[in-house]
Amino acid sequence: MSMPLEHDYIGFSESVPSMEISGRSSERSSTGSRLNLKATELRLGLPGSESPERDEDDCGVEDKNGFQLGVLKCLVSGAKRGFSDAIDGAAGKWVYSGSGGSETELGKSGNLFSPRAINAGKTLAGSECNNQPKGVAVATVEDGIPQSPKPLHEKKPQVSAPAAKAQVVGWPPIRSFRKNSMASHPPKTDDDAEKMGSGCLYIKVSMDGAPYLRKVDLKTCGSYMDLSSALEKMFGCFTIGQCGSPGAPSRDGLSESRLMDLLHGSEYVLTYEDKDCDWMLVGDVPWEMFTETCRRLRIMKSSEAIGLAPRAMEKCKSRN
Amino acid sequence: MSSKRKKESPESDGSTRASNFPDEVLERVLGPVKSHKDRSSVSLVCKDWYNAERWSRTHVFIGNCYSVSPEIVTRRFPNIRSVTLKGKPRFSDFNLVPPNWGADIQNWLVLFATKYPCLEELRLKRMTVTDESLEFLALSFPNFKALSLLSCDGFSTDGLAAIATHCKNLVELDIQENDIDDKSGGWLSCFPETFTSLEILNFANLNSDVNFDFLERLISTFSQDLTANQCSELESAFNNCKNLRTLSGLWEATALFLPVLYPACSNLTFLNLSYAALQSSELAKLLAHCPNLRRLWVLDTVEDKGLEAVGLNCPLLEELRVFPADPFDNEIIHGVTESGFVAVSYGCRRLHYVLYFCRQMTNAAVATVVQNCPDFTHFRLCIMTPHQPDYLTDEPMDEAFGAVVKTCTKLQRLAVSGLLTDLTFEYIGKYAKNLETLSVAFAGSSDWGMRCVLDGCPKLRKLEIRDCPFGNAALLSGLGKYESMRSLWMSACKVTMNACRLLARQMPRLNVEVMKDEESDDSQADKVYVYRSVSGPRRDAPPFVLTL
Repeated sequence: MSMPLEHDYIGFSESVPSMEISGRSSERSSTGSRLNLKATELRLGLPGSESPERDEDDCGVEDKNGFQLGVLKCLVSGAKRGFSDAIDGAAGKWVYSGSGGSETELGKSGNLFSPRAINAGKTLAGSECNNQPKGVAVATVEDGIPQSPKPLHEKKPQVSAPAAKAQVVGWPPIRSFRKNSMASHPPKTDDDAEKMGSGCLYIKVSMDGAPYLRKVDLKTCGSYMDLSSALEKMFGCFTIGQCGSPGAPSRDGLSESRLMDLLHGSEYVLTYEDKDCDWMLVGDVPWEMFTETCRRLRIMKSSEAIGLAPRAMEKCKSRN
Repeated sequence: MSSKRKKESPESDGSTRASNFPDEVLERVLGPVKSHKDRSSVSLVCKDWYNAERWSRTHVFIGNCYSVSPEIVTRRFPNIRSVTLKGKPRFSDFNLVPPNWGADIQNWLVLFATKYPCLEELRLKRMTVTDESLEFLALSFPNFKALSLLSCDGFSTDGLAAIATHCKNLVELDIQENDIDDKSGGWLSCFPETFTSLEILNFANLNSDVNFDFLERLISTFSQDLTANQCSELESAFNNCKNLRTLSGLWEATALFLPVLYPACSNLTFLNLSYAALQSSELAKLLAHCPNLRRLWVLDTVEDKGLEAVGLNCPLLEELRVFPADPFDNEIIHGVTESGFVAVSYGCRRLHYVLYFCRQMTNAAVATVVQNCPDFTHFRLCIMTPHQPDYLTDEPMDEAFGAVVKTCTKLQRLAVSGLLTDLTFEYIGKYAKNLETLSVAFAGSSDWGMRCVLDGCPKLRKLEIRDCPFGNAALLSGLGKYESMRSLWMSACKVTMNACRLLARQMPRLNVEVMKDEESDDSQADKVYVYRSVSGPRRDAPPFVLTL
């Protein structure tokens, strides 16, 4: 039997075998597709360029990969708009690493600029799964954004590669109860990997408004400085700090205080959840103590961190 | 005390009696018939048998609470002592059904309180149960002995406290995988101090404060089944538990703790480690003490090596479930693969039930597995990335499931995944002649696939489909079939409202319900739920459920 037509993410095979953008998009719009993809996409763009009714010729690079992701009907409008809002608000604060750093990261993982992903953020009221990144905001780069010169289509997302994966409501089919249980009782591998002698200490890092969690291996960071560079590489495209803070815009020779300076007065603060499930500001304790107590990291919007003092008892629920 | 049957005149049904047995004798004869399928057959023989059956039946199983009304049930069966009820469609477990959809137990309980005051057992699955209902239950049925709630929602530990307080004869309390408001507190201590009747206590999912003295007392009287939340405190209890048959709920299992279990394991037949993130070596050491294991649930943290240990240590294994520890983490490279699956199949030839979550699979591996274990009755394979092909050959996984249905002639339940074309469904329709339940997601190429299944599987009862390119032609091809099935679920497929209306019009004994998503256009039927019913359309449907 012949290979099936390439399927979009939710299993609809397009009647047009070729995945050329323009042909398909216009077909979509001309048939008034019930999928109403455009309206439900979230797009990453410069402020003002994010209107859902985008033109056909704005189709982003992702389509060259032929990886049209369809859109589940239960797409959100609510929860994950935060991402584009964050970008919106950060209009003046976009920091592209310019040179190698974040591109390499992009190139490697393709995570940040994946093709249009299904936004599955619409969670039906009810069980929230703390540990689960519920929705994936679309991260399609429009042409207008100043981006790294490396062309995005070099990343070739495959259906099976995790890089392009977005989350789908109710998939994999695991009962909410079980998801929530795993969230409140995280698998040992996260925290006790060290004791197991595997030599890694992977800590999840989330950034408010970013579409996915990342993991950072604290064992490979010897200091807060290493940690901040690692985080910057991962999340640089969303910005950790604004170079406009007082002091040199150069990011060389970051020190602990520099990280804090960067975060201070910017959109975001770096916080962590310790073994007592309290949220603290990063940087207060000696590095070794930090690696022993840190359970997860969160790059939190400053506005949310108000009142979060060192050793504060305030609990910040993960927004996942 | 059961209701007394009024004597009927011999000519009441207008026919001569086939036998001279008094009614009571026939009822006695039919009494031991337990299986509800057998009872259904019995009731169809003739009117006498129908009546004898209905008077002698003590347990009723209702697979879809909306297929029949409480009134009809209580009218037909006057002497029920045990009820099993299932409510929401299965995909509600995965958040595909909005809250407040229905399946509330309360109306049933109210009628049961009048008609079945001697009710002893209630087993609910995917029903909505409030604390008020639990309290009502506890107060209305003095003989109440067994409560089982699986995947239910709507209640809190307060409701459980009511049960513990008022059900003086409780023998079994089984609360699993429910969406509970866990207020912790001491609901367990609501059991009276002198409580001795409890034999089965399963509350593995709760974080309740556990009074360990109390629990230890309970455990020492347990002969058979036990689950507990924090077994680390129960070391001494375990030393006395030589008769333990099932063990589950181990949250905090660590390498230090597991050896505590060893003395208790020699007769274990069911081990549920699916909330404990064990490593392969820990599992291997534990399994060495569990030679009699029949059923094993684990997390994929045990990896392939752990599964090899399963194959080596558990030759009697019949059921294996491997759950993903981190199902949503796209960067994880751990978990189990096809080689673990194959390893188990070589060691556990009696395997007939598998639920396997993995990130990669091959056609060849699945073919090997079913060759080693041809007796599968339940084969549920979940390759977690939708549309993922055989990772070695890049081909669809059609041949894998083809092998399953060709080889496993007793197959009753199948869940498919991975990249699948219509060929998979051709195979299913052609070979899966005993198939009763089929779950499909992100699969198929066209209407033809679904049609193959509807045409080909004579015993199909439940068909649940999501995100597949099946449309109106497929839906309507099953017109003649759906009345012989319990239910059909189709979501995110290509079905339109008009087709659903047509189906509803043509088949008045089916309930055709549609739930639309926001932002979808008017013509699309986003979620379709079709089921047979003798009680007509739901009267309690919320506004977002459209009954056609």
